[in-house]
Amino acid sequence: MAKARTGRDTPAVTARPSDALSRERKLELYYWMKLTRQLEERLVNLYRQTKVVGGLFRSLGQEADAVGSCFALEQRDVMSPLIRNLGAMLVKGATPVEVLKQYMAKADSPTRGRELNIHFGDIGEAGVTRGFLGQISPLGDMVPVMTGVTMSFKMRGEDRVGLVYVGDGATSTGAFHEGINFAAVQKCPLVVIVENNGYAYSTPTHKQSAVKFFVDKAIGYGVLGLQADGNDVLATYDVTKAAVDHARAGHGVALVELITYRRKGHAEHDNQSYVPAGEIEKWAAENDPIDRYVQVLRSTLGVTDAEIAAIDARIMREIDEATDLAELSGTPDAREALMGVYAEPPAEQPLWFRRDVVADAYGQERPESWGTWNADGAKP
Amino acid sequence: MTDITYLEAIREALFEEMERDRKVFCMGEDIGAFGGAFKVTEGLLAKFGEQRVIDSPISEIALVGAAAGAAHMGLRPVVEMQFIDFIANAYDMLTNYVATARYRAFLPCPMVVRGPSGGYVRGGPFHSQNPEAGFLHTPGLKIVYPATAADAKGLMKAAIRDDDCVLFFEHKYLYRRIKEVMPDGDHIVPLGKARVAREGNDVSIVTYASTVWKALEAAEIVAAEGISVEVIDLRTLAPMDDEAIFRTVKKTNRLLIVHEDTRTGGMAGEITARVNETCFEWLDAPVLRVTAADIPLPYAPALEDYVLPQTADIVRAVRRLTAY
Repeated sequence: MAKARTGRDTPAVTARPSDALSRERKLELYYWMKLTRQLEERLVNLYRQTKVVGGLFRSLGQEADAVGSCFALEQRDVMSPLIRNLGAMLVKGATPVEVLKQYMAKADSPTRGRELNIHFGDIGEAGVTRGFLGQISPLGDMVPVMTGVTMSFKMRGEDRVGLVYVGDGATSTGAFHEGINFAAVQKCPLVVIVENNGYAYSTPTHKQSAVKFFVDKAIGYGVLGLQADGNDVLATYDVTKAAVDHARAGHGVALVELITYRRKGHAEHDNQSYVPAGEIEKWAAENDPIDRYVQVLRSTLGVTDAEIAAIDARIMREIDEATDLAELSGTPDAREALMGVYAEPPAEQPLWFRRDVVADAYGQERPESWGTWNADGAKP
Repeated sequence: MTDITYLEAIREALFEEMERDRKVFCMGEDIGAFGGAFKVTEGLLAKFGEQRVIDSPISEIALVGAAAGAAHMGLRPVVEMQFIDFIANAYDMLTNYVATARYRAFLPCPMVVRGPSGGYVRGGPFHSQNPEAGFLHTPGLKIVYPATAADAKGLMKAAIRDDDCVLFFEHKYLYRRIKEVMPDGDHIVPLGKARVAREGNDVSIVTYASTVWKALEAAEIVAAEGISVEVIDLRTLAPMDDEAIFRTVKKTNRLLIVHEDTRTGGMAGEITARVNETCFEWLDAPVLRVTAADIPLPYAPALEDYVLPQTADIVRAVRRLTAY
């Protein structure tokens, strides 16, 4: 009986692209992973001080897959992240101060207080923009959008590649299927990274899909399928670089499965009661991507503790400076809320009952004021 | 100068815009080699090639999503829904992604989603829908639904040049039934401007698309009874031309709103609310609606005709208004 052909059988990585990375570049990988982790730690502090006005999403334990994969892109390429790809955003040029302002809903945040967390972007012409496209919350939707972005590269004959992240959960959506299929048919230069981190909110992977590995889906779309240990930053870089090269050479779509583990809940409020006892601790103790990479740096490049400490100190200094800067920024003027739904008209008219109202009062509404009136209208 | 049909007018607009601007391209199911289910895009592939006339898989989500991505990068995609009924598949992409892009991320989405819409054609529940009300509710989208061939052309050209997403509903009953000579030159009809389709003094009918023609027919019938009806063709549903609506209400003091779409949550309810808020003192009679019944559109001629608004219904409503 002929062996069933799966995406994983597709020959791909022969030499390791990461062998060609200089010592400096390899230390950069450490920098980006540690920056991601420490920036999120700072956000936790700010969240507890209620300075983060919404939810907080962590990528603890997934820093290698975000950083290693995005490190394989060129500046002119375009990447669309997921909520757990802060590391990829930083690699692509998003700054800590932008992220902090965004979480704190500041007036001069990248979305001027309109959108949450890392939902922001900077795309357009190569060289002028940093090349990351903000996601929206419905999962899978960024796959078709990135199909269109990469279709534009093809139509204009531009030497650019797109990369879109989805989670194990998003592979169940119709948008994922339609997007990757359309891109495959059109041979768009698109890399689709499936981050298999074990859970979609509380749903474990085996309830998400009957396939054992998501890379097996590649065969169903007729695209290159590759897989790597997402907690090994060099392996992640290697496999993504192969996928990016494949797309850049005009061979079309590649699906890359990165196997990792989500050590925090869906968001900061999630107590992870659904996770089997000991599972998180085991991953933290035995398979932390930063610990693992420090071992590699020490053993293969002779990186010293002093070098690591110097990078760590630089990261803390940068985060402190960014935090100070972000805290200085003000909150948006309420009237800005009406601007920019359309190019034309540039602003919507205030509703009649808001026409003569001073907008300064808004932003002070609190849920505590709700439900404090009795049915008869008297205050308790 | 020769007459061309509503369908040919749309095709002419696509040709002219693709010729004028290399950024304009078309995507859709069976639009290339086959020329589209109704042949709207016939000839485009031969003229502009596979790069700009893309036959897609049956994937409305991917079509709208890819159009958005291409639009972010500076292109101007025109996406065909083979039947507008299938736009429901792309509802998430249109309402969550496209409609919010400019506001939440300053990302332009200059794109057109167009397709054959409407009933009176024995198309049954999935080839006859009028989905405008489902999108009217979403800030960030523009909606166009022309009634005449010249408007179909001029509005399509304006929609393609607009910097936001325009949903362009084409009435398939009108595709090959109406003809006119196109205005000369680069014919553009600006979005958001209604048209006075017939001037009158006693009753105003505000309507759009297929029912413009039924309203005009009804106006002719009641004219013989001495009732002078003004017919306003909205042309663009979002943004709505409030001023044109208020102007005609203040002129005739009696308002009938007619649409082919179902009643509940439809355009007519919204127009009524706006008139109520702004023109209450100008009204001499309650605002009335003639719409389809709240029924999935059935196939049999007797059933379809009973559910959809007909000229006789409009005549009855006009007479009722003049009795106040």
